[in-house]
Amino acid sequence: MAEAAAAAPALQLEGVTCTFPSPDGRGRSYTAVQGASFTVADGEFVSIVGPTGSGKSTMLNVAAGLLKPSEGRALSFGQPVTGINPKAGYMFQAEALMPWKSALDNVAAGLEFRGVSKAEARERALPWLSRVGLEGFGNRFPHQLSGGMRKRVALAQTLIVDPKIILMDEPFSALDVQTRQMMENELLDLWAADRKSVVFITHDLEEAIAMSDRVLVLSAGPGSRLIGEYRIGLDRPRDVAEIRMTPQFLALHQEIWAQLRDEVLKGYAQTKLR
Amino acid sequence: MRSHAKRLPSRPVILLLQLAVLIAFFLIWHVLTDTKILSPFFFGTPGAVLARTWADFASGVIWYHLGITLLETALAFVIGTVAGIAFGFWFARAPLVSVVFDPYIKAVNALPRVVLAPIFALWLGLGIWSKVALGVTLVFFIVFFNVYQGVKEVSPVVLANARMLGASSRDLFRHVYLPSALSWVFSSLHTAVGFAMVGAVVGEYLGSAAGLGYRIHQAEGVFDTVGVFSGMLVLTIFVVLIDAAVTMIEKRLLHWRPQDTGAGQH
Repeated sequence: MAEAAAAAPALQLEGVTCTFPSPDGRGRSYTAVQGASFTVADGEFVSIVGPTGSGKSTMLNVAAGLLKPSEGRALSFGQPVTGINPKAGYMFQAEALMPWKSALDNVAAGLEFRGVSKAEARERALPWLSRVGLEGFGNRFPHQLSGGMRKRVALAQTLIVDPKIILMDEPFSALDVQTRQMMENELLDLWAADRKSVVFITHDLEEAIAMSDRVLVLSAGPGSRLIGEYRIGLDRPRDVAEIRMTPQFLALHQEIWAQLRDEVLKGYAQTKLR
Repeated sequence: MRSHAKRLPSRPVILLLQLAVLIAFFLIWHVLTDTKILSPFFFGTPGAVLARTWADFASGVIWYHLGITLLETALAFVIGTVAGIAFGFWFARAPLVSVVFDPYIKAVNALPRVVLAPIFALWLGLGIWSKVALGVTLVFFIVFFNVYQGVKEVSPVVLANARMLGASSRDLFRHVYLPSALSWVFSSLHTAVGFAMVGAVVGEYLGSAAGLGYRIHQAEGVFDTVGVFSGMLVLTIFVVLIDAAVTMIEKRLLHWRPQDTGAGQH
């Protein structure tokens, strides 16, 4: 049983198709993702890139158990995902902190939900705050923190409950370039410490290559499919700013971009039509 | 967001101006009644009103009536708020219930509540409970609509995040729905407290044996205009005091909210 769990991939999507009814209730329904299948090994960092509107978040929601696919299924460590995936942590693109809780209480929330007493949860949340560089900011409320700080709180909030797989939906897309690179490096450091599986969604190819072991490319929507898979053999530990200058990085970028470019153009044409 | 072109003077200056308005009001009242332009019989005189109010407090007569009115206000407020929160949650979480009852809720809310006062007096007698009931019908709807809105407007991302962190439906209620709804309730607290007092005083006015509304009604019955104005003065003072207390509670409980959006909600 234990061996089976160890051998099973952290995440496995099998022919996942997600179809949504059209907003007005009649007319054609909208297929976001079509027949997506991929696996994420235990401890692997996988990025999914694709043009806007290619159903990247939809796939992540299926993996998290927030969305039931119309066809196909998701497995996490060999267990079919039905309802919220208890092994997964999710970092959202939009603001997801509880605005009525202080930074410390936001980080402690996951432990409280697991039945840890409030005092103990807070005590255990403190080191997490310093780990994401927010020592002394525990009493601040989300609106009193900068965008980058809120993302750090969200990161600590996700990691404190020790998820086996972390799903990240463009978590740093709202940040400025400098803050973003700092956060990317911090995430890589935290990831290197205990090697959880990560599924990282982004529309930024450079970010995807700099951070991942593997990059998956999605076609333009509607009915997005996985059309490419690239192994990133760059040495670790990496510095996301420096690695962008290396020849291997540039070669990979050129190769993947050649494929992604056409999809981005298609996606752009779609948005113009709509 | 205030425009920079019209910057307001500092706080002490504003307070001084507010005080000046009050003094000017009493002065004009005094001059008009002293010169008999306005008849002191119909309009009282500020001196007599202040003297009467002072005497009422000094002799202690007023405390009993004030206590009754405040008790009714507090009871109406608490019962109305608790019921409003409970029903607001229920309706927001049960769409069928809210759709079915929607026209009836609107119909009852459109009813002028004063017409219910005699009915409540008939059902509940002339004691405090008929006044409490009137206040409850006023407070309930304000709180109800705000809780309903508060639960409906919880950010789906915050909700999904809490669920991913392992929140059970009980956790979601305690950590997400309730704080969100309460922020809406507190933004309507001033109105709710005010309405609770209106319910109490109007109820007393229409039939009772104690309370500020009763005192004002008694004074009117014998053309004692000074008594009427004195009753209104006491009522005003306490409404202002309660309002200040509510502001303090609000600041303590809603300190997580950005300051700018707090203004202009009531």
